[in-house]
Amino acid sequence: MLNPKLKLNADLFSEDCEKKATRNGFGEGLVAAGKKNKNVVALCCDLTESVRMHHFQEKFPERFVEVGVAEQNLASVASGMAAMGKIPFAASYAMFNPGRNWEQIRTTVCYNDVPVKIVGGHAGISVAQDGGTHQAIEDIAIMRVIPRMQVIYPCDAYQAELATRAIAETDAPTYIRLEKQKTRVITTPKTPFEIGKAQIMWEPETMSARVGIITAGSLTATVLDVAKHFEEKGIGVKVLNMHTIKPLDNDAVIDLAKETERIVTVEEHQKAGGLGSAVAELLSEIHPTKMKIVGVDDKFGESGTAGELLAKHGLDFDGIKSAVEEILK
Amino acid sequence: MSITPDQVSALEKRANDIRIDIVKSLAKAGTGHTAGPLDMADVFTVLYFHSMTHNPKKPNWDGRDRLVLSNGHICPVLYATMAHAGYFDIEKLDTLRELGSPLQGHPHREYLPGIETSSGPLGSGLSQAVGMALADRIDNGKTSGKFFYCLMGDGETNEGQIWEAAMLAGKEQLGNLICVIDRNNIQIDGFTEDIMPLEPYADKWEAFGFHTITIDGHNIEEIADAIDQGKAVFEKPTMIIARTISSKGVPAWERDFHWHGKPPKGDELQTALKALEK
Repeated sequence: MLNPKLKLNADLFSEDCEKKATRNGFGEGLVAAGKKNKNVVALCCDLTESVRMHHFQEKFPERFVEVGVAEQNLASVASGMAAMGKIPFAASYAMFNPGRNWEQIRTTVCYNDVPVKIVGGHAGISVAQDGGTHQAIEDIAIMRVIPRMQVIYPCDAYQAELATRAIAETDAPTYIRLEKQKTRVITTPKTPFEIGKAQIMWEPETMSARVGIITAGSLTATVLDVAKHFEEKGIGVKVLNMHTIKPLDNDAVIDLAKETERIVTVEEHQKAGGLGSAVAELLSEIHPTKMKIVGVDDKFGESGTAGELLAKHGLDFDGIKSAVEEILK
Repeated sequence: MSITPDQVSALEKRANDIRIDIVKSLAKAGTGHTAGPLDMADVFTVLYFHSMTHNPKKPNWDGRDRLVLSNGHICPVLYATMAHAGYFDIEKLDTLRELGSPLQGHPHREYLPGIETSSGPLGSGLSQAVGMALADRIDNGKTSGKFFYCLMGDGETNEGQIWEAAMLAGKEQLGNLICVIDRNNIQIDGFTEDIMPLEPYADKWEAFGFHTITIDGHNIEEIADAIDQGKAVFEKPTMIIARTISSKGVPAWERDFHWHGKPPKGDELQTALKALEK
């Protein structure tokens, strides 16, 4: 059942569940952060409405910088502003930010240790029709490898809003990964959020959990569908939403591994270097556990609908269900 | 003229002393870059001993001007000038590039108070200076009186990011931004015009919206005047193209691009000291 303590959306499994993109939650969270702290500034690369920064631009025009289509400049201008006491949110599509400006983020943001927030929009293969050039599925890997960088991947619009407000309060360089498409709202305004604190969103009602699924992003909704399916078949599953991929909530991962001895990770990202890798790096040293990493397996994306692409890479209901069945064998 | 003949002579002597400490620290380290640090000694001397508002005893004082060294590899001149200005003891220059030294091979903000930003990977300093200048304008308006200096190498401007930043500086009319390019005509692989031609260089900066001044980068008075002009120009950022002679001060090494990235070894230190101490 859905963890009652988290006050999740009771309509999650119904046909008319509300849908909203994480980028929209980010846009609202940024305005809230800007109201709270006058040092919050925003910078964008000619995609202001697309990444939902236009609300901030309208509200605080003097604190918004349009840098044009220039992502390398974006990251380093943000670094300079942060050196003067600002909390800059620097946005573009994830393919280019952090895809194109990795070294600028490494040196001028993280090595310098300034509180720049890198906002990567339109992440994942479910950007769909735009095709493989625009489907960022390596971004988590290249961000989490940099010392000091926090990596946040919200599962829905409310979590994105809370995460945006939370990262504006920290001095850490941070990458926040956002999605374009409208996806099911999983949490509610009453659901808590704390950076680095993973949340058990599904737990068996009575039986013990035989599999732990760790996931992030909008696929969390599909993973919850899968958990419900197994619950109905009499198989207990726990779902851990790892909205903060770095710093990873080590205790939550280890506890889940010890409890279930079977871990499945699910992410819209390459299997290499993503959430699954982070979990495997931890467990291989502390508590070696049987694992399945569900992700894109060393391939590029292509045009198609989001549903078609997710199915092709085993990231739909059937694909995730099969992974759980396999690990139970 | 903003500077007296006495001041000029004092600054010339100071620049020469800084050159001596640069070659000594490089010889001790056994690795590092020589040509750029020597040829920018005059510009650094004027900035730290005449033009910039700063306080070596309070390196984090909020009212200071900011200096971004974009071509971080010429940091031996930054370190030597800062030591002379009183940021730290001159003896510490002996620790250049050693484990645990505040004088990292390329500058690290966290290792040495007074360093505004870590640098080394070329092309990102102008962006950072633009960001700082923008932030100050948000807080204090166009008349804050604080200036943001960005020092770059000519070869460095092969980087596309430099021109991304230049477009933004021009668009935002950053009158509080004063840049100096070390136009020494050399880079690691050879002469700039052979590797990737930059001319017509001043025209390029003008076209990007900069008030552009070309000066003799070893003439103290011209350097000081150009910076004063930069402070006076309100509606545009300023670009000072400082024409320099690489490895200036050691005739045997001058204009030879091979000195871009190597330190003096063996007798070479004595060659340099003989030329500089005469």
